[in-house]
Amino acid sequence: MKIFPFLAFAGGIFALSHHTASANDDKTALIEEGRYLAAASDCAACHSIKNKPEYSGGVSFTLPVGTIHSTNITPDMEHGIGKYTEAEFGRALREGIRRDGSTLYPAMPYPSYARLTDHDVHALYTYFHEGVSAAAIPTPENGVRWPFSMRWPLMFWRWAFSPAPAKAQEKTLHEFADAQMARGAYLVEGPAHCGACHSPRGLAMQEKALTASDGTSYLAGGAMIDGWIPTSLRQENRTGLGRWSEQDIVDFLKTGRNMQGESFGAMTSAIVHGTQHLTESDLHAMAKYLQALQPFDRNQTNWVYDPTATIALRKADVSARGAKLYVDNCAACHRTDGKGYPAVLPPLAGNPVVMGKDPASLVHVVQTGATLPKTEAAPSAFTMPDFMHRLNDQQVADVVTFIRHAWGNNASAVNAEDVAKLRKDMPPRNMADGEISIN
Amino acid sequence: MTKKHADAIVVGAGWAGSILAKELTEAGLSVIMLERGSERTTAVEGAYPDSIDELRGAIRKRLFQNLSQTTVTVRNTIEQTALPYRQLAAFLPGEGVGGAGLHWSGVHFRVSPEDLRLRSSVVERYGEKFIPEGMNLQDYGVTYAELEPFFDKAEKVFGTSGEAYRVNGKIVGNGNIFDGDRSDNFPLPVMKDTFTASTFRAAATEAGYHPYSLPAANASSQYTNPYGCQMGPCNFCGYCSGYDCYLYSKASPNVNILPALRQDPGFTLISDAHVLRVDLDDTRSKATGVTYLETKTQKEVSLSADLVILSAFQFHNVHLMLLSGIGKPYDPISNTGTTGRNFVYQTITSSRVWLPPSKYTNQFIGAGGVGVAIDDFNSMNFDHGPLGFVGGSPVWVNQAGVKPIAAAIGTGGGGTPRWGSAYKGALIDTYKHSIGIDAHGSNMAYRDVYLDLDPTWKDAYGQPLLRMTFTWKDNDIRMNQYVVSKIEPIAKAMGATKANLVHLNAGQPFDTRHYQTTHLGGGAVMGTDPKTSALNRYLQSWDVSNVFVIGSNAFPQGMGYNPTGMVAALAYWAAYHIRTTYLKSPGPLVQA
Repeated sequence: MKIFPFLAFAGGIFALSHHTASANDDKTALIEEGRYLAAASDCAACHSIKNKPEYSGGVSFTLPVGTIHSTNITPDMEHGIGKYTEAEFGRALREGIRRDGSTLYPAMPYPSYARLTDHDVHALYTYFHEGVSAAAIPTPENGVRWPFSMRWPLMFWRWAFSPAPAKAQEKTLHEFADAQMARGAYLVEGPAHCGACHSPRGLAMQEKALTASDGTSYLAGGAMIDGWIPTSLRQENRTGLGRWSEQDIVDFLKTGRNMQGESFGAMTSAIVHGTQHLTESDLHAMAKYLQALQPFDRNQTNWVYDPTATIALRKADVSARGAKLYVDNCAACHRTDGKGYPAVLPPLAGNPVVMGKDPASLVHVVQTGATLPKTEAAPSAFTMPDFMHRLNDQQVADVVTFIRHAWGNNASAVNAEDVAKLRKDMPPRNMADGEISIN
Repeated sequence: MTKKHADAIVVGAGWAGSILAKELTEAGLSVIMLERGSERTTAVEGAYPDSIDELRGAIRKRLFQNLSQTTVTVRNTIEQTALPYRQLAAFLPGEGVGGAGLHWSGVHFRVSPEDLRLRSSVVERYGEKFIPEGMNLQDYGVTYAELEPFFDKAEKVFGTSGEAYRVNGKIVGNGNIFDGDRSDNFPLPVMKDTFTASTFRAAATEAGYHPYSLPAANASSQYTNPYGCQMGPCNFCGYCSGYDCYLYSKASPNVNILPALRQDPGFTLISDAHVLRVDLDDTRSKATGVTYLETKTQKEVSLSADLVILSAFQFHNVHLMLLSGIGKPYDPISNTGTTGRNFVYQTITSSRVWLPPSKYTNQFIGAGGVGVAIDDFNSMNFDHGPLGFVGGSPVWVNQAGVKPIAAAIGTGGGGTPRWGSAYKGALIDTYKHSIGIDAHGSNMAYRDVYLDLDPTWKDAYGQPLLRMTFTWKDNDIRMNQYVVSKIEPIAKAMGATKANLVHLNAGQPFDTRHYQTTHLGGGAVMGTDPKTSALNRYLQSWDVSNVFVIGSNAFPQGMGYNPTGMVAALAYWAAYHIRTTYLKSPGPLVQA
């Protein structure tokens, strides 16, 4: 975005006398707008792979039906989208229809992108054709088993679950009268496609709700992705964002860290490639919008800090299940009071991830560790080491159970069998680029 | 073949190098930083709880220099033959990204203002004849007022915890009354006293002295520094010195500077790159770049640069100057030349006192930079006239956390059992009820104490080793004895039932086999006279004006304080003058 002051200056001087310079400036500004939207849409998370040209695809997704790969979306004529017209590009983006007429796997979040305005599609098209370098890299063959390898049945899925762009745009546009809320709705429901992970899906893998007005299942927490459980982004007091302030949400999306917790798992990629690049005003709009989402689960009692566990640990009473393991392995950073040292070392007391119904994220963090990658605004990357080399399944179950019960947390106990199952499918500790941090 | 070029090459990825690299990239230069050791990350070296394995850490010297590749030779006097320092003991140079800044403890002093002009100050008060024969007492050529903004900047980057005495002329707190005026408070509140520190504080006050909290680059709370780098707070686990802090609470280049620096597209860090020499042009007055060995491939690589910053450890800087022919090597016989001159150390002795069994000192608790000190016998803060020595020594309780193996090794000997129940009883008594008190003093420079190239021994790369000629001198031994004598009344006031006061003895030679301190200094000192200093007051080589040499090598004599704060301030000072003056018109900043 640094380019804008310069452009404004240059434009001011040359606008009257040099028509072409002005046209170039408009084009440059449009490309920049497209670059911004591509970040907001987190295209890189699926279409860029480390050490390969940007947006050249090849990221693999392991699904129950087999393995699929993201495509090359650089303007390369043969392997990329160089031959796409803007209309074809828009149709792929918003309706999931390839240039050849076949249907895209719904891993591409076209039910969300359906909301993109024509102007934003134009900016994205301009950016992907003129702001991105062409890379002649073929997309790997998908390894999807028959009958799922046939794309034509996907058409029915698309007909059933993918909204028509015009209707989708209308709907999102008119949900809120307030301009900031409307902007938030557009970003969250549209380009940022938060629901792709954070909304529950139905039997046909369709998102149960695509917008705030579709009901309280929207963003109410999704199914496991790459070993991580997307939490509810609604206002549940214990397992959602009920106790996060607007600034907490902004800080989280900007830096991956705030006074309530830190990013891990698949979300780090969304922050590193996507949300950290958004303007403060867009982030505030998204935060305001999320805060307006009433809880899906209305039966949660408010979380209140309970010092019982803290007092016991300070008296060296480690009789509770997992308490001694907690003191020996976790308390140095997360403290005996569970409050951690935010925003460096996250709190466990009252943390929505800790209290989630499904303990998979918490178990995986303990097993594999987690790296909070650097962002431009927060260059320090912090790494929690893995504990699987020290703790067996029973011990992980015990310490996780302690964490889920202490300090007012009230989530269910975890047993060794659950931990053993999760151990078989462990994600890398740094989901952003698979590498540990240099810090 | 065209060489790869950078606007500036920085040799060594410790504090000094990281500060210069940050400043120079901010100025828009392309910077390549070369580090002899490997990458070091808290995610690996600091992974808890494996990182606080004492055997692997402090005992087997995980973060320190690998002496199998290169080391120094040591002798006490000119007529002796020096032998290689083959096992790390007396001093522990670092290696790898972060350098000694990763394994240090975190005591983050400024400087006693009078120490910067020690020669002038001694002459003003006691006359020129007070200076003993053979002592090369010198001023730094820079004043405290000139350095103050850079001390302030360094504290803000390091996230230093402390209590000030005087800010902008106004007394603001219970800090060190002997401190120079400050332009601002410490960025973080003072660390809490350990029980031993508060006991010492009370006793020192009772004895009429002026105790203050050591300034600690151990963060007392979460902190974000001006570079946006974050620190966690210290929990007094005691694993500071010799360890990579798992809480990110001990300041290090790795935590406080490099996260921001690595984001700069103008910055490149090359590790496993052992610099062999600075390359000079035919006039030997201009550096053209450096040549280094890729230690993993054993390939020699040359880089060209307009500016070369030597910011390796103190004696490595001197070694590189000697190997490269920068400046004239010091000759103690003719007393000419400056490279290797005024090699200094610190005069440190550690005493221990024991409290009654009802008082628990819990030596396992600690933080490297935390403690309480008195400066009543440091620098020029007391009357040296009747005492007849130059220099002084802070006295402190710096409970840095005694680890189990160190406690076991440290018990017994000197006539007491090294095994059996009496040994075990003493070990437990010491661990639970004792207090360590250090006299951490100055060390003066002498004509026959210096650094040069060893005529016999070579390193793994075929280059001559650096030779240290060093021993304790009468002036410093008497200073140490005087200051240690002041500990006894304080110990009594603390309620000590037993004391083991340790001081140097007359004629005692320097012994490399026991840890003393890694605070080596001098050898390429700053000053105002090119006959007695290798560097001008901006740490620029008098002889090769596009080489700046940053580190404690610039100290003309060893001071009572820990050196890191002074090194960081000198780094920012030099960087400021490079940015504001040198880069606009490269050449000598001071005419010789």
